Amino acid sequence: MTLDREDISDKLAAVGYIADRDIATALWLMEFLKRPLLLEGEAGVGKTEVAKALAAVHSAELIRLQCYEGLDQNAALYEWNYQRQLLAIKTREGVGEDADAIEEHIFSEKYLLERPLLAAIRRVTPPVLLVDEVDRADEEFEAFLLELLSDFQVSIPELGTIKATSIPRVVLTSNGTRELSDALRRRCLYHYVDFPDVDREAKIILTRTPGIDTTLALQIARMVAAVRKEDLRKVPGVAETLDWAATLAGLEVHDLRQEPEAVHETMICLLKTHEDRARLTREVSARLLGKVA
Amino acid sequence: MAALGTRRRLAGFAHTLRDNGFRVGLAETRDALQVLTSPAALRPTLLKPALRALFCATHSDWERFDEIFDAFWQGRGMRQRQILSGIPSASHAPARKLAEAHVPQEALGLPDRIERKSDGDGETQAEGRGRREGASRVEKLATTDLRHVVDPEEIAATHALAARLARVMRARLVRRDQIRRRGRRLDLRRTIHRNVSHGGMPFDLAWRRRKIKPLRLVVLLDASGSMSLYTAFFVRFLHGVVDAFREAEAFVFHTRLAHVSPSLRDHDVTRAVERLSLMAQGIGGGTRIGESLATFNRWHARRVINSRTALMIVSDGYDTGEPEELGAEMRRLRRRCRKIIWLNPLIGWRDYSPQARGMQAALPYVDLFAPAHNLESLAALEPYLAKI
Repeated sequence: MTLDREDISDKLAAVGYIADRDIATALWLMEFLKRPLLLEGEAGVGKTEVAKALAAVHSAELIRLQCYEGLDQNAALYEWNYQRQLLAIKTREGVGEDADAIEEHIFSEKYLLERPLLAAIRRVTPPVLLVDEVDRADEEFEAFLLELLSDFQVSIPELGTIKATSIPRVVLTSNGTRELSDALRRRCLYHYVDFPDVDREAKIILTRTPGIDTTLALQIARMVAAVRKEDLRKVPGVAETLDWAATLAGLEVHDLRQEPEAVHETMICLLKTHEDRARLTREVSARLLGKVA
Repeated sequence: MAALGTRRRLAGFAHTLRDNGFRVGLAETRDALQVLTSPAALRPTLLKPALRALFCATHSDWERFDEIFDAFWQGRGMRQRQILSGIPSASHAPARKLAEAHVPQEALGLPDRIERKSDGDGETQAEGRGRREGASRVEKLATTDLRHVVDPEEIAATHALAARLARVMRARLVRRDQIRRRGRRLDLRRTIHRNVSHGGMPFDLAWRRRKIKPLRLVVLLDASGSMSLYTAFFVRFLHGVVDAFREAEAFVFHTRLAHVSPSLRDHDVTRAVERLSLMAQGIGGGTRIGESLATFNRWHARRVINSRTALMIVSDGYDTGEPEELGAEMRRLRRRCRKIIWLNPLIGWRDYSPQARGMQAALPYVDLFAPAHNLESLAALEPYLAKI
């Protein structure tokens, strides 16, 4: 029943994600070997989009765990609903129930708060679990994640071991702010997501921006590629490109060459720091335009 | 079951990757075999991306995979390690001998070899990593043995100094913690949790406090010819720093940059320095500080630098590259880290003024420009580091 690579590629395109051959292969392999996929790459290349598209392809639920420093098991796995437990204790005290029964009651599933990781292994149909920016979490959390990813079971002291009802498809993303452990890297398939090439970016613009014509999309993609080559502090990502394309389409620009002024002014969509803005002067943008046209 | 030929070729490929510093274990090879024997493998375009996703673990693996793959599968399986990424066979041979002298040579990619990898003792791991990122083009083939340059007393003194620096850090952190006590907040969730046993009466309060991040020290050491008198001394110092600080990273550069902390994370000084001396093979060639910093900015900075990082560059500033490039890269670095300290052994010389063009370009971005020609000058850094 496993899809072959072209199927995956087609289905991704159908849900609006233009995949290159490498990422389609990685996704196929992920399915084939049942291994998690680790995506690395610069900010804005569309790592998170891959997981979203994957969920759409399998019409599965996307469960997202955003990592941050200090993320602990309480926020990632499960937690008891203390407030409700306390309330339950108080109400039952009045009735005069014995302590054991109360304990039995308040440590039942009813009082368990599911956090993303627990939720991901308790679904009936396998969801897509996106562990976003795993490099932001602490090393301890990474070790714990590794354990979960290999066993797919969780033990809750008061309740016992919960085994996965279905094995989720796991996608991890990392921006490389911290070196990940070798163990985690080895557990996962690896894919380095680069900025899309001009053709692919043009296709992305075409699928995501309604009512834009092909030549303009291609011009925009070329222009963005040229801008990325400039020495910038923050290189514009695909999301920025789409913003810019939408803006230009909204201003009813049809040919970048005809409207250098509009191009320069709308470039705030691409450049997010004052320094970069200052660097891309009118002259520079005119020069880049000359190259892409 | 896969044909014997396929299996053998795959084992050979895994072995070649391992030779090139990839961490390929039994599990990866087994999965690769599964892919090769599946019907999907009939499509040749699938093979490369699939094996790449499987065997690569880091971006530097990713960058080099295609080259190795093409060399292996299209070069009819010949051993290609001589031509890869400019790793010269001359520097490669001793590195291999050092770590693998005990491994029988005919065991190409067979289980005993794989086990050696998977039991992952510190030595082979560090060695593998070093080879992957620390490849350097040998400009002059003179093997400079750093071991014999330093006398034992000096070693002891450098180590004591690095340890003292670490202690200063700790003292500073404690002080920070005390200041923070005033601004702490009550953690309600945890308070309730903790007091479930009292029936919810909050006797025992839980406070929320920010996690303390230790100061991280990143050292970039110039190992070029003009620095050769000092390199041995600083390599020892690097070892001390990496050994004593919980968060420290070390890099060595000459014409290119090598990440050396994995090799230095070995309590045995002699072994660590020996390994590093193999990596610093470029000693004696020119220095491209700007280019090395560019590599650092591009591939390492995000990972090793956080907001609590002090960057220490040890170099004489004699750059054979363009000073403009050095200036631009320094500016970029400046934005990322808390402090940049440039240690220049030449300052200790009489009548020295930073005339080198590279040094001139870098100076505006340096917070502290200090001498480092002897132990005393290093010790003088302590109060400064403590204030960061």
